[in-house]
Amino acid sequence: MIEYVTSADFLLMMAKIVGIFGGVMGALAYLTWLERKLMARVQMRPGPTRVGPFGLLQPIADGLKFLFKEDVIPTNANKFLFVLAPIVALIPALLSFSVIPFGPRLQVTDLSVGLLFIFAITSLGVYGIVLGGWASNSKYPLMGAMRSSAQMISYELSLTLSVVGVLMIANTLSLGELVTAQQGTWFGFIPRWNIFLQPVAFVIYVVSAIAETNRLPFDLAESEQELVAGWHTEYSSMKFAMFMLAEYANMVTVSALATILFLGGWTGPMFGPEWLQMVLPTVWFVGKISVFIFFYVLLRSTFPRFRYDQLMRFSWKVLLPLALANILITSLIVALS
Amino acid sequence: MLQSWAPILAFLILVSGFAVVSVIMSYVLGVKNPNPRKLAPYECGMQPTGTARERFSVKFYLVAMLFLLFDIEAVFLFPWAVVYRDLGLFGFFEMVLFIAAILAGYIYVWKKGALEWER
Repeated sequence: MIEYVTSADFLLMMAKIVGIFGGVMGALAYLTWLERKLMARVQMRPGPTRVGPFGLLQPIADGLKFLFKEDVIPTNANKFLFVLAPIVALIPALLSFSVIPFGPRLQVTDLSVGLLFIFAITSLGVYGIVLGGWASNSKYPLMGAMRSSAQMISYELSLTLSVVGVLMIANTLSLGELVTAQQGTWFGFIPRWNIFLQPVAFVIYVVSAIAETNRLPFDLAESEQELVAGWHTEYSSMKFAMFMLAEYANMVTVSALATILFLGGWTGPMFGPEWLQMVLPTVWFVGKISVFIFFYVLLRSTFPRFRYDQLMRFSWKVLLPLALANILITSLIVALS
Repeated sequence: MLQSWAPILAFLILVSGFAVVSVIMSYVLGVKNPNPRKLAPYECGMQPTGTARERFSVKFYLVAMLFLLFDIEAVFLFPWAVVYRDLGLFGFFEMVLFIAAILAGYIYVWKKGALEWER
């Protein structure tokens, strides 16, 4: 044990953990800036401009303000669960980053069941939402939490089923191997990405992923016009920030997973000197994730919200049969080839 | 085996530490200026009426039960998909039977109207 703690492997692992955690936290903070700025541009506003050049210091100012705001706990609330809920929401959201490969070696650990691990961990996030909504002992949060949990479990089905087609092609659950299986090209110019083999699964995955993260047009859980702010109505200061952080972390996780499963993860053209080849995979990976994030923000700023019955019908009557049909057809083609 | 899970434990400790410390920090650093109105449940400026611990629609339970059934089936599909190439046509027909069983249940649930949210 002591030998392991002092070995170079251990130090490398610690460096990776701290580096990935720090990088992700920084990226999440600037995601709020990016979203505000993009939304503002769509609506012909300048967005945050006052704090630093282009408002670039805004996330830091926001973070400090969250820290110094009053920590309101309603008298009626179940105090222990009320404080516990944001912690329960945040931990699984951040923990999923421990298996995501940001580059060939930039991965905390490559579990052989990495994909299952991510699905298991991210579905724990719904507990934070339900606990928060119930512990608040207020009507809007309770309704928001009920809606959110029903929505999340419904779309989780189509999300997990859409992935099965990819697994049949790649035959592995390890995220690192999923990426390396997509290296190379067909005919010299089409990248070997699963999106070309599983286009239907990709569409099902992206739609379910947006619903999983409670984003517009599926943000029934926190629809401002009816439920104030949904399950985090009663939350303030850092606890509110933690719910927000968990939401953004989930957004990055599902985008990263979409990139790994369908868009070849960190694979991409390699060129230039040695040091550039070290950085390029991570650049490709972050670039692909950014495309998804950009798409999410554009969706949020352009689409109206679904009605709740439409939302549930869409999941159970359209996406679920479509995912099952996709599995059957894929398995037939793989069996014949 | 353990070597690949140990980093997860380290990551978990770091993340939980961050979560707990930020809750404590905001409790310590935040101003404290409570009054009864502020601590009342938020109801758009109205006096809150009744309790929030009311009964809610049974449809949510139904969705949860259906989810459990179909998710277990999804879990069975995962290991099958991973070893699919080794199983060949045998695996294909086995899974066609399995998915047919799922579909039968699914059609039954649909016909019973369990998927209609309006009712």
